[in-house]
Amino acid sequence: MRIGVITFPGTLDDVDASRAARRAGAEAVALWHGDHDLRGVDAVVVPGGFSYGDYLRAGAIASLAPIMREVVDAARKGMPVLGICNGFQILCEAGLLPGALVRNAGLHFVCRDQALRVESSSTAWTGGFEAGQEIVVPLKSGEGRFVASTDTLAELEGEGRVVFRYVGGAPNGAMADIAGVASADGRVVGLMPHPEHAIDSLTGPTADGLGLFTSVLGAVAAA
Amino acid sequence: MPKPEILDPQGQAVTRALTRIGIGGVADVRQGKHFELEVDDSLDDETLHRIAGDLLANPVIEDWTVTRV
Repeated sequence: MRIGVITFPGTLDDVDASRAARRAGAEAVALWHGDHDLRGVDAVVVPGGFSYGDYLRAGAIASLAPIMREVVDAARKGMPVLGICNGFQILCEAGLLPGALVRNAGLHFVCRDQALRVESSSTAWTGGFEAGQEIVVPLKSGEGRFVASTDTLAELEGEGRVVFRYVGGAPNGAMADIAGVASADGRVVGLMPHPEHAIDSLTGPTADGLGLFTSVLGAVAAA
Repeated sequence: MPKPEILDPQGQAVTRALTRIGIGGVADVRQGKHFELEVDDSLDDETLHRIAGDLLANPVIEDWTVTRV
């Protein structure tokens, strides 16, 4: 099982994402933004950071990078893709996930350990969780407010594609307290908080985040 | 420009700052972006609208207009 982790100019969390993949039992494979090559990986993580300095809009330039053309093609064929923070923004800009992430309602950058409720265990990245289970992982973002049209929100809720919700209200003003969503086939998931920073109690608040990486191992094995 | 239904906290902060410098009568401020492109005469309006809709703006959250000057 090979999990690719993309590095763009300005990516910050590729090292932790790779470590999380290895800790889950996968081989972490470094992918470069300028390449048209997924190196035979079974799943891809688009990690957090500030790709291209958030120029134009967060994730907008990165969504057009050569590697993202390959990711979009592979995702449309069912390859699991996880976007974390800036990675979530990139997947929205690339059209793989609905909605958009905009400036936090309070204008402040939010950095804290955040409780989330796993609303769906039927995605490639949450199969190892129970629906309704609460987890705690770090949240660190200034443009994390999820927004979407009323129709899109109704569709997401109706189809069970809200994957993570902030417990105790969204600290960034996200619509319906949405922290993470999935594609229609449940293979692509994006979330603002950082599961890759919570894979052991030595370096994170919990080891809750590891569950996303172990879940995808099961999803790929079952495919 | 952010769509009308999208909360614009930056615009709200500007509105509040206006009262601090003693200017009343401004009910609302919306903050957006303005791009100036120097283009060949051969670029038609359709291409300019593609540039705006596919890259410069995100139609999920922003409305946009194209003006030739």
